[in-house]
Amino acid sequence: MAQVFAYVSHKNGAVDDTAKELLAAAKKFTDASVTGIVVGSGVDAVAAEAAKIFAEVIKIDNAALAYPNAEVVRKALVNVLPAGSVVLFAHDTFAMDLAPGLSIKLGGAFASDIVDIEGADGNTVKLIRQEFSGSVSTHTTIDISTGAVINMRPGAVAAADATAAGTVVDKSAAAGDLASKRTFLKVVEPEAGDVDITKADVLVSIGRGIQDQENIQIAVDLKEAIGAAAEVSCSRPIVDAKWMDASRQVGTSGKTVKPKIYMACGISGSFQHMGGVKGGFIIAINKNPNAPIFQVANVGIEADIVEFLPALAEKIGEMK
Amino acid sequence: MEILVCVKRVPDTAENEIVLNSDGNDIERDDLVYSVNEWDNYAVEEAIRIVEEKGGCVTVVTVGDDDADEVLRREMAMGAEKAILLKDDAFEGSDAKGIATILAACVKKGNYDLVLSGAQADQGFAAVGGMMAAILDYPYASLVNKIEIGSGNITVGREIEGGNQEMNEMALPCVLSIQTGINEPRYVGVRGIRKVASVDIPVFGAGDLGLDAASVGEGAAKVKRVDYFIPETGEGAEMLTGSTDDIISKLIEIMKANGGL
Ligand SMILES: Cc1cc2nc3c(=O)[nH]c(=O)nc-3n(C[C@H](O)[C@H](O)[C@H](O)COP(=O)(O)OP(=O)(O)OC[C@H]3O[C@@H](n4cnc5c(N)ncnc54)[C@H](O)[C@@H]3O)c2cc1C
Repeated sequence: MAQVFAYVSHKNGAVDDTAKELLAAAKKFTDASVTGIVVGSGVDAVAAEAAKIFAEVIKIDNAALAYPNAEVVRKALVNVLPAGSVVLFAHDTFAMDLAPGLSIKLGGAFASDIVDIEGADGNTVKLIRQEFSGSVSTHTTIDISTGAVINMRPGAVAAADATAAGTVVDKSAAAGDLASKRTFLKVVEPEAGDVDITKADVLVSIGRGIQDQENIQIAVDLKEAIGAAAEVSCSRPIVDAKWMDASRQVGTSGKTVKPKIYMACGISGSFQHMGGVKGGFIIAINKNPNAPIFQVANVGIEADIVEFLPALAEKIGEMK
Repeated sequence: MEILVCVKRVPDTAENEIVLNSDGNDIERDDLVYSVNEWDNYAVEEAIRIVEEKGGCVTVVTVGDDDADEVLRREMAMGAEKAILLKDDAFEGSDAKGIATILAACVKKGNYDLVLSGAQADQGFAAVGGMMAAILDYPYASLVNKIEIGSGNITVGREIEGGNQEMNEMALPCVLSIQTGINEPRYVGVRGIRKVASVDIPVFGAGDLGLDAASVGEGAAKVKRVDYFIPETGEGAEMLTGSTDDIISKLIEIMKANGGL
């Protein structure tokens, strides 16, 4: 089988947790050694850190790689990786930018948002994915005979124990000309909102199931019935529709929250949403008994939130 | 600006519950309600806004069968001036690379400054935009949530984790995949749909696009869906049942026990 690589994400000099997940994922379809790839500017310490996970680490160090501009990183990888390589990435916003095009330039196949790997049959690797925002799963195969790029969903595969005493190979000189038709300018941080949902003990979180902007009031009423420690948060479609401020969005592209109780009301439970819920007791209220949220919630209620939330608010109000 | 927007007809998950068929290897496809892929709608809206401001023309394109015609007309009713249907038996069973190959061939036939796609569609691969750009050797940015057109280049904002936005300058022509929330797609009324009902939509097959049929379709696909299944769930939520009053009483107890009330 072709040589297998794992792209090591790192931030502020620290190797991301996903590196060990990629090693575990690779081990599910190959017995061969997996090579880590560390790309950036001034990344000696990161490469050394990665060598505790991978038996071999390739380092590509260049000032042009200070910010991981996907177009520039792609050029470097195409110049360094051997033909027919299999490269694993964590399926994050950087890999979404880089990986599809990299697969074309390497002449290999591409599969993304993989939640598990069932093994290999020759050059066919058996993958598990989800479709329709997690409502159904699929068995999917990828033919890696001419190489492949595979994006693994962060957190889906348990991290491997890693105690390698690996070596770092410097391939910076092989990166070649890194001129690009896309130039990174800057990162803009979001404006602070009027509330900080990360501080609330209870989040009444609403999703597309709320249906109408006017219905948001029922979530506000419930929050008020619960009391001062509660706040209203939401899934992305509510922010996209401009019904609520972006500072109330929970998820990978929103806020990470850890309340005592998270009430997911009319939220399907897509991984980008649940990626922002890092603990607490999850109560899901959804009218679809098969909604994926019921697989991750602690308690589920099959109900129409437009009727259920006011009834709950009334009862709580009477109690006080 | 000549803008091409790639769109896809997909099952509307807001209108359907996706369930397995009786054989358990496919989803139940009868009675599915279809619509335009959510992300594509934002892409078309953005293209229309750019053309309203800078002049030019928006063309929408899809790879599909005769049914795909309805999403093209919907996007024309929204304000796209032209549409193209890419249809050929040879296209069937294409994986993302196959679709990107077909769309890239269509881009080459035109003279577009900007090519847009949605960030992802029903299968969640988020692949076609980036693959198409690489095939064309155009610069690419994904998850775009802001576009400012300059002269000869553009500034685009990409959504990255935690609500941050990564700003880039790009040369034209380029390919961008559009993230939801970049705008508010306009409402399409029945009257608008009626107005474009009889517009002629050109149909191109592999031959018209100068494509070798063997480079697309099932034969060329390296990624294949074998079947659909519902995963066995070990844990899953404890479902509260009974009358609404019963459920509410139980829920209040649970909320108290967990420090929420
Ligand atoms: C790169 C990227 C980043 C993203 N980041 C985020 C993020 O940070 N946060 C986020 O939330 N999403 C994010 N998303 C979007 C995410 O993939 C989903 O599209 C989104 O979370 C779905 O929101 P939802 O659950 O509210 O809507 P849907 O998936 O449409 O679900 C609505 C649910 O409501 C139920 N329902 C409908 N009506 C009722 C009713 N009357 N009563 C009860 N239940 C009802 C339905 O059964 C369904 O389960 C991101 C996507 C991408 C591609």
